[in-house]
Amino acid sequence: MSHVEDHDDNRRDFLYFATAGVGTVVTGAAVWPLIDQMNASADVQALSSILVPIDGVEVGTQITVKWRGKPVFIRRRDKADIDLARSIPMDVLRDKNDRNANKPDLPATDENRTLDKDGEWLVMMGVCTHLGCVPLGNKAGDFGGWFCPCHGSHYDSAGRIRKGPAPENLHIPVNKFFDDQTIQLG
Amino acid sequence: MSGIPHDHYEPKSGFEKWMDVRLPIIRLVYDTIMIPTPKNLNWMWIWGIVLAFCLVLQIITGIVLAMHYTPQVDLAFASVEHIMRDVRGGDMLRYIHSNGASLFFFAVYLHIFRGLYYGSYKSPREVTWIIGMLIYVAMMATAFMGYVLPWGQMSFWGATVITGLFGAIPWIGESIQHWLLGGPAVDNATLNRFFSLHYLLPFIIAALVAVHIWAFHTTGNSNPTGVEVRRTSKEDAAKDTLPFWPYFVIKDLFALTVILVLFFAVVGFMPNYLGSPDNYIQANPLKTPAAIEPEWYLLPFYAILRAFTADVWIVQAASFLTGGIVDAKFFGVIAMFGAIIVMVIVPWLDTSSVRSGRFRPMFKWWFAFLAVDFVVLMWCGSQHPTKLVGNISLIAATYWFGYFLVILPLLGLVEKPLPQPKTIEDDFNAHYGGAHDAPAE
Amino acid sequence: MIRKLTATALASLLLATGGAFAGEDLHTKDVAFSFEGPFGVFDKAQLQRGLQVYTEVCAACHGLKFVPIRTIGDPGGPEMPADQVRAYAKQFDVPDTSDEAEPGDTRAANPTDFFPPSQDPKAPDLSLMAKARKGFEGPYGSGMNQLFKGIGGSEHIYSILTGFEDPPACAPEDFDGYYNTAFTVGGVPDECKDDAGHSTVEGTWMAMPPPLAGEDVEFAGGAPNDLDTEAEDVAAFLTWAAEPKMMARKRAGFVGVIMLIVLASLLYVTNKTLWAPVKRKAREEEDKATGA
Repeated sequence: MSHVEDHDDNRRDFLYFATAGVGTVVTGAAVWPLIDQMNASADVQALSSILVPIDGVEVGTQITVKWRGKPVFIRRRDKADIDLARSIPMDVLRDKNDRNANKPDLPATDENRTLDKDGEWLVMMGVCTHLGCVPLGNKAGDFGGWFCPCHGSHYDSAGRIRKGPAPENLHIPVNKFFDDQTIQLG
Repeated sequence: MSGIPHDHYEPKSGFEKWMDVRLPIIRLVYDTIMIPTPKNLNWMWIWGIVLAFCLVLQIITGIVLAMHYTPQVDLAFASVEHIMRDVRGGDMLRYIHSNGASLFFFAVYLHIFRGLYYGSYKSPREVTWIIGMLIYVAMMATAFMGYVLPWGQMSFWGATVITGLFGAIPWIGESIQHWLLGGPAVDNATLNRFFSLHYLLPFIIAALVAVHIWAFHTTGNSNPTGVEVRRTSKEDAAKDTLPFWPYFVIKDLFALTVILVLFFAVVGFMPNYLGSPDNYIQANPLKTPAAIEPEWYLLPFYAILRAFTADVWIVQAASFLTGGIVDAKFFGVIAMFGAIIVMVIVPWLDTSSVRSGRFRPMFKWWFAFLAVDFVVLMWCGSQHPTKLVGNISLIAATYWFGYFLVILPLLGLVEKPLPQPKTIEDDFNAHYGGAHDAPAE
Repeated sequence: MIRKLTATALASLLLATGGAFAGEDLHTKDVAFSFEGPFGVFDKAQLQRGLQVYTEVCAACHGLKFVPIRTIGDPGGPEMPADQVRAYAKQFDVPDTSDEAEPGDTRAANPTDFFPPSQDPKAPDLSLMAKARKGFEGPYGSGMNQLFKGIGGSEHIYSILTGFEDPPACAPEDFDGYYNTAFTVGGVPDECKDDAGHSTVEGTWMAMPPPLAGEDVEFAGGAPNDLDTEAEDVAAFLTWAAEPKMMARKRAGFVGVIMLIVLASLLYVTNKTLWAPVKRKAREEEDKATGA
């Protein structure tokens, strides 16, 4: 007799557990979209990768484009920039990491930071690695590159930190040549 | 809390005792959820939990939608399209919210008609009834304002018509209307304030729901027989009741899940069925749609509003008696609000000493007519206001008022009620007893 | 005799109230679109053809301003490959809002832009046209037609595109507009109205000239391009444009309904199990009381 009762009790407990379990799954399935809707919407995601036309950029000039809400410097360097950058030995650099998302954790040589082999194209986040201001370009500062007016960080013509409070070289985002007229960011 | 003798919460563990002395919230939750509930409640008692679910559903989906919506006249419509197309899961969230409003009203009408049939509004539950009516009016205001937010053609023109009603009030009407609108016509000021109030009112509704529950927990639930739970002793009370948890929580959850199957089927397969295609056209203040009509749940009152045209004799009489102050438009407004007011005061209009319609043979028919009348009014509100529709609306409106103001008061005096069960226990046992096969144990 | 009287009475009642129920017949041709029903899906090839019809014929006047161009590459739609989407976008001009631009400048669109708004200010935007119109109603306000056939916006678009006919004889030569049997809200000349002011003809005159005549567009791969097919294709495309997430929604609805049915079944058994002892006791007490 008690055997049958145990059996019934077990069946009842299993039923309650099964119901509670399925109830939890259904509730989870209902809660997930409420959390997911805060993720980036399709229009924001569509801008996670943009194409920037570079056919109008003259040698020795820079364009600044907005990408994922932040400024990106695309500079077409002249010979003076390139030679200056390549003349710097590694040991004087504060930050020896190339900070390049396309070839990470390599020495911060000029070759490892530019987009093309000749060093003509330099693409960097225009965000000072100290506290996030936008540095001034066009050979500003003491090292022929960029100068951040907020707290006085100086970057050289390859965007590497040389003087001032910033700890790291200007970061280089994922980028590549989409075709010879266009750079793809992201 | 309910005056029904039963065992109350006793803190057991060290933590419970500690908490109970400082903030008796565990006691509150325990006593609320374990409240002795009449054991004979039928399936028309599930709507309360459905309504509570709808309120939570609408608040949660609403808050989430508000993260992506822009309440500005040039951007609102586009922001809703942004939700539908670009926000992850946005189309489902929007459809759940818009159809959730329909589910909310479907449940509230069944809940109200349950109350009307079983005499739930009768003493000592009048306050529960009135709070319920306040919740209903707040729901209508919330739904009306929410419908304006997408800024479609129906949003705009529905807002114009309904805020225009305030203009019908003699002397002060136009000032009130302009104050409400924030200007001479429905425009950005209106949209912004409707967004603010649409966000606010549901929380007021939630507070009213808490008081509503407090009220019917104080009196104890009514039940299909209208016979009260015995309060002579704990044992007697226990024979008439079962604790709310787990018996009615599980029963209600089952019913809720069945309803959600149908709800989700509508959301997934026919989410625009209950809506108006005109609201997928951006609001144009210079072009009125062919037919302006509110959502289905407001149609019966819309029909009453429109029924009283200038050629109706009672309108003409009212106009004559008030020296022209009450015109057709104002009369319609009075009738519309009057239709709700007669519902509010029904505890004092119904003279019957018997609560439940189950034991009132004459009442049953009149009530059935009322339910049909409600649907007829709903149909009238959806149709073009032709002569025929106007006449049907008048007849239906007359019956609505007649039921509350004439039939209910008179019925209690002339009706011979059927014999009622002595106790809830008797009713429950009779329901499950009788001819059956003995279970093989 | 009574029957005849009743029949006459009913007939006259219905005729007299015909005015009340006017507009019941929207002259919509029912089309069996692939996306109808709970398991309906868009036909990718049809959407691509419809996109082509829109681009080559409708876009001259009608905009699609709530549809981002990139969505024509999204799954569940025409699913154009990314490079084709980029090339496709370039043909549209959108306002140039960059710092260097003057007001009024335009630039070529890229996929993240929306389709441009209507070039003709009198031509309504088509982004939501399939949801902004109904093709079915009634009967007599019961909502049954829409329940079984759907709202009919897509069918309405198809009916409009295939509904242009020669104007009826009663109309004067110079009456403004183009006669269409599926258009119910246009103008009707007085000559085609009866004494009570009701129209005596099926359709009305609309401002849009027939945009399609058949063989307006050449489909790569030689798909048929007669008027019916073109109209159906562009109606399907516009339905997608109005509801790009339709297939995902139906799938989610199906999964959700199944999950809830499973939960409801479990709750049913749980409820029954929970109440069984209570109901058993009630039976026993009732048997005792009635002396069974």
